[in-house]
Amino acid sequence: MSNEATLHSQEVIHGAHAHDHGHDDHEHHHEGGFISKYVFSLDHKTIAKQFLITGIIWAIIGAFFSVLFRLQLGFPDATFPWLESILGHWAKGGRITPEAYYALVTMHGTILVFFVLTAGLSGTFSNLLIPLQVGARDMASPLMNCMSYWAFFLASVVMMTSLFVQTGPASGGWTAYPPLSALGDASIGSKIGMDLWLISMALFVVSQLLGGLNYISTILNMRTKGMTMTKMPLTIWSFFFTAILGVLSFPVLLSGFILLLFDRHAGTSFYLSDLFVAGKALSNEGGSAILYQHLFWFLGHPEVYIIILPAMGMVSEILAVNSRKPIFGYLAMVGSMFAIVILAFLVWAHHMFVTGLNPFLGAFFVLLTLLIAVPSAIKVFNWITTIWKGNLRFTPGMLFAIGFVSTFISGGLTGIWLGNSSIDIHLHDTYFVIAHFHIVMGVSAFFGTFAGVYHWYPKLFGRYLNNTIAYIHFWITLIGAYLIFWPMHYEGMAGMPRRYYDYSSWESFKQFTDLNHFISVVVIVVFAAQLMFVFNFFYSIFKGRKVTSTNPWSATTLEWTTPINPGHGNWIGEIPEVYRWPYDYSKNGKDFIPQTVPLSPDEEKEGH
Amino acid sequence: MSGYLAVFVVVLIFVVIFQIAKASEYVSILKGEKKTRQQTNRVNGFLLIVFLVLGLVGVYYCNDLLKGKIILEASSEQGRGIDQMIMTTLIITGIVFVITQILLFWFAFKYQEKEGRQAFYFPHNNKLELIWTVIPAIALTILVAFGLRHWFRITSDAPKDAMVVEITGKQFNWLIRYPGKDGQLGRKFFKNINDVNNPVGQDWEDELNKDDYMATEMHLVVNKPVKLIIGSRDVIHDVGLSHFRMKMDAVPGIPTTLWFTPDVTTAQMKEKTGNPDFVYEISCDQMCGAGHYSMKANIVVETQAEYDAWAAKQVAQYAVAHPAPAAPAAPTAAPAPAKDSAQKVVAVNEAKH
Repeated sequence: MSNEATLHSQEVIHGAHAHDHGHDDHEHHHEGGFISKYVFSLDHKTIAKQFLITGIIWAIIGAFFSVLFRLQLGFPDATFPWLESILGHWAKGGRITPEAYYALVTMHGTILVFFVLTAGLSGTFSNLLIPLQVGARDMASPLMNCMSYWAFFLASVVMMTSLFVQTGPASGGWTAYPPLSALGDASIGSKIGMDLWLISMALFVVSQLLGGLNYISTILNMRTKGMTMTKMPLTIWSFFFTAILGVLSFPVLLSGFILLLFDRHAGTSFYLSDLFVAGKALSNEGGSAILYQHLFWFLGHPEVYIIILPAMGMVSEILAVNSRKPIFGYLAMVGSMFAIVILAFLVWAHHMFVTGLNPFLGAFFVLLTLLIAVPSAIKVFNWITTIWKGNLRFTPGMLFAIGFVSTFISGGLTGIWLGNSSIDIHLHDTYFVIAHFHIVMGVSAFFGTFAGVYHWYPKLFGRYLNNTIAYIHFWITLIGAYLIFWPMHYEGMAGMPRRYYDYSSWESFKQFTDLNHFISVVVIVVFAAQLMFVFNFFYSIFKGRKVTSTNPWSATTLEWTTPINPGHGNWIGEIPEVYRWPYDYSKNGKDFIPQTVPLSPDEEKEGH
Repeated sequence: MSGYLAVFVVVLIFVVIFQIAKASEYVSILKGEKKTRQQTNRVNGFLLIVFLVLGLVGVYYCNDLLKGKIILEASSEQGRGIDQMIMTTLIITGIVFVITQILLFWFAFKYQEKEGRQAFYFPHNNKLELIWTVIPAIALTILVAFGLRHWFRITSDAPKDAMVVEITGKQFNWLIRYPGKDGQLGRKFFKNINDVNNPVGQDWEDELNKDDYMATEMHLVVNKPVKLIIGSRDVIHDVGLSHFRMKMDAVPGIPTTLWFTPDVTTAQMKEKTGNPDFVYEISCDQMCGAGHYSMKANIVVETQAEYDAWAAKQVAQYAVAHPAPAAPAAPTAAPAPAKDSAQKVVAVNEAKH
């Protein structure tokens, strides 16, 4: 480990909690040294790095799966012998089998939604930023925080294992609707792979609850002196709301999974009724397959806000810092996030307009769903006004933040289409939906994550990422994302269903062969660009340009008052006191005024 | 061999980019942080505005290229309502899309960092915020109102004179049952199902079942409302009727319905699209297992006379399940050929999976 020198230098400035000074990488006889510092660490910053790196590994796997199934969609007639070498009988003759295709699709969704954009995104940045930005030495319960990561790690191990079982991983879609997911006879992926999937997800829920409760209590109880709720940066507000959403909705998902496990193994009929599978009638009667969908989407919809809210918070912060302007409409930003949280719980059935839902009930869900567009619109207009008349610095973080706003607009507007039930009848479960949610919660959330990584990398590792690679990464990703997903709207308008292995036998959908081919090629290029980012990430941990100032972006928030490589405890000596909100940029002729600077007499007169 | 070559080329490109990136980092240190920032700012600011212009051109070009590949007009009365709804929404969201994207990238370009300029301290403005709360709220109210009008129209009860067809999903094909002359479907129960001669589990005790017949294709009469009674035998499927802009899940244990009025015949569509192979297809739109992508049935929309001729040729499933025992020597008794071919198709479909 060549970063040993840097790490040693950081130990000089560690805070309140004692550290093992004599640690040397080549000698492991120091009990607890390596283990307590890097493995079962209680330091929120290390846990953040653990979440981030685990998330990156999952992201590579999840994205690689999408490359594999895009090969099938883009080149349905071609064979790739190397596929057989890595997938064995799942790709006999170099062509992915339908079973493997559906397993890849399912795992792609599960991994990206839960393991990357939930754990990897809010796990990383909530852990890193909450204590640093509210002015706390660590989380309310560092132990629970550590357990949260390790529960996630266990979930990861179980999910990873499921990829290697003989009947393959779960393959009923990331939503795992029963009866398909309940009956091993209906689908090979519903055998042992589905059990592992459910166990992994249960562990994941445990991780989310341990983490979420911790985030909430830290934000409510551990703010430094002077840090009232309205002086918190928007990042913290977004993590706060995200945690509340998770804590209230993940248990419902868990209950849905437990009932599903009962149906699978205990002979119950919560979701099963009137089935004739594999040549015989089953004994289950009286269950409702739709019940599962209600339970699933009661989390499933808040889940998309669990993914996007942290990105919104970070983007707000990064746009303000790099525009050298206060975020426009701070209270409106908080209020709109609050509105989104409330509404997030009241719109789940818009995923179920075509399940035979009572049309009258559907009408309420239309109304509430489209209502969400109002706070979302407020946020977009406020972001645009934030950069208006600013003095913009296009750091990589800033570019990704701008990209976030662009994709959030594009994907958000198509939400207005799908939320309107009459349009949804036609577009439901088509490529239009794929285009919509990939742009708004896939690409946008990734842009938010990237913005966060580029912006807080100096805080994470005391070094910078390479800028040139960062800019190449940004431009390829932005252009590529639009090239991939924009044309999919048209496929959806033609009614082309999602989750199809092959379209060649369909008179109605086979006209898009060339387009699918094109999209797949772009996917491969964009995937390569992400690998470049991953390389940059790991390379720069050890060899990146060193950060020389504690506040490289000239930002006002508290994390930049800590040493360049803060130890466990974050601040040497007293935790700084806060006097003002975090967005005093370009005020009274000053470029920026940190939160720790007391109000001047003039400002007090204004009654700020 | 070409595989290794491709990998080699990719790695080479990576190495080249990395070397350039590394070199440019050294150069930027030599030039000084401030100067480097000014330069990258100018380059990226320029690229942002280029992206905006090329992006908008791209959106136009994409539309031009692909609009011919979607059938722009629905083939049902209800579908036309949905098309209209899509058009209204497209116009409203399209305007917002263009304006906000232009503002975003134009501001980014225009207000890029310049020496000596200070950003404008502008923390909030109640009037502005009120405006962009109220305007979206009004626009959305309009969309909700229009949307719900169509929604209630589409989900209303089917007209009394609508023909009734039952469609049942199974892995991986559709079972279509017509009520026969009496216009009423007989009872069914899933434990009666057998794949040889009773695929949907009809109850033979029920007199109404005597004339119900199974079909491999759905035949509909042009301009006549049709009500589909939708069910499933195993997992959740979805009856997707993209040309009619209709869709409804097929849920085991919970029957669902939808109705619509097809108003363009298959023959007319062949002419309209210039595609002699044109066919209305029922796609399964809910993930249902490994054969999901191949779960298809065709619909033929035809005139009343054509429909009557077709219906007259169909054989009741009851007759299939209860071959006349009195006449073993005469198996060719009238309708056998049609029935046989129908059975064969079912059998073939099953064999495929």
